[in-house]
Amino acid sequence: MTGGSEQGNNDRQTQEQLLAFRHGNVDAFEQLFRLHQRAVYRWILHIVRNPAEAEDLTLETFVRIYRAHARFDPARGFEGWARTIATHAALDWMRSSRAERALRFETMEDPPAPAGIDAAMSAEIRARIIRAMGRLPPKLRIAALLAGVEERPHKEVAQALDISVAAVKLRVFRAVRLLKRDLEGQGIRP
Amino acid sequence: MNVEEHDRLKKLLHTALPPVDLNPEPARDLWPAVLKRLNAKQPMPPWYDWALLAGLVGMLALFPSAIPVILYYL
Repeated sequence: MTGGSEQGNNDRQTQEQLLAFRHGNVDAFEQLFRLHQRAVYRWILHIVRNPAEAEDLTLETFVRIYRAHARFDPARGFEGWARTIATHAALDWMRSSRAERALRFETMEDPPAPAGIDAAMSAEIRARIIRAMGRLPPKLRIAALLAGVEERPHKEVAQALDISVAAVKLRVFRAVRLLKRDLEGQGIRP
Repeated sequence: MNVEEHDRLKKLLHTALPPVDLNPEPARDLWPAVLKRLNAKQPMPPWYDWALLAGLVGMLALFPSAIPVILYYL
């Protein structure tokens, strides 16, 4: 079999799988789950930065995905759609009992700061920055985390949040401005 | 805030919150849990939610002029 026809067969198979999922086929859904669960988990972990919460939100995302199977458009692809649903699940998580979430966000343990430039930042200042981040409105925090911290492409973040690239940039700018004010209020001059 | 300040703050943020590991994996197979959650019966809303809804509908029927006010606060 030539490479071209093999590729064609794979594409046809994928298309059939997506169509079967659209009709609610659980086997097709399981195959898509196996194919995309790591990517969805990673995406959520970028936002919530807590492995246990990321696992739970990955479950929630795939449950939402299955329940929305009839609205899935195979022409638009599965990955981007799954990422959008995952982002909204994470946003809902941030909004629900926000104070508690913020507290968890601020007390979560990030990996120890690497040597060099990061070591110069005291643990106290890091903690204050993380706390200030946790106080940002969820919509701004998610944009700042994905585009600012994780450095995901603006286009990808825009697609995940269902907004334009310009709106992503605006949210990151507003988040950074709010953070600056918050940190200055705590006596930290960025 | 100028561009330089913005970039400095972004760098500070990046230093305080290092990006997560590039290839993290879930600690367990999540498929059985997804199936379990899909098969779980969706909980019915509690009776007081229905009572609240009925009260709201009744109030709107009696005072239709309140509809724009409610819509404003939604």
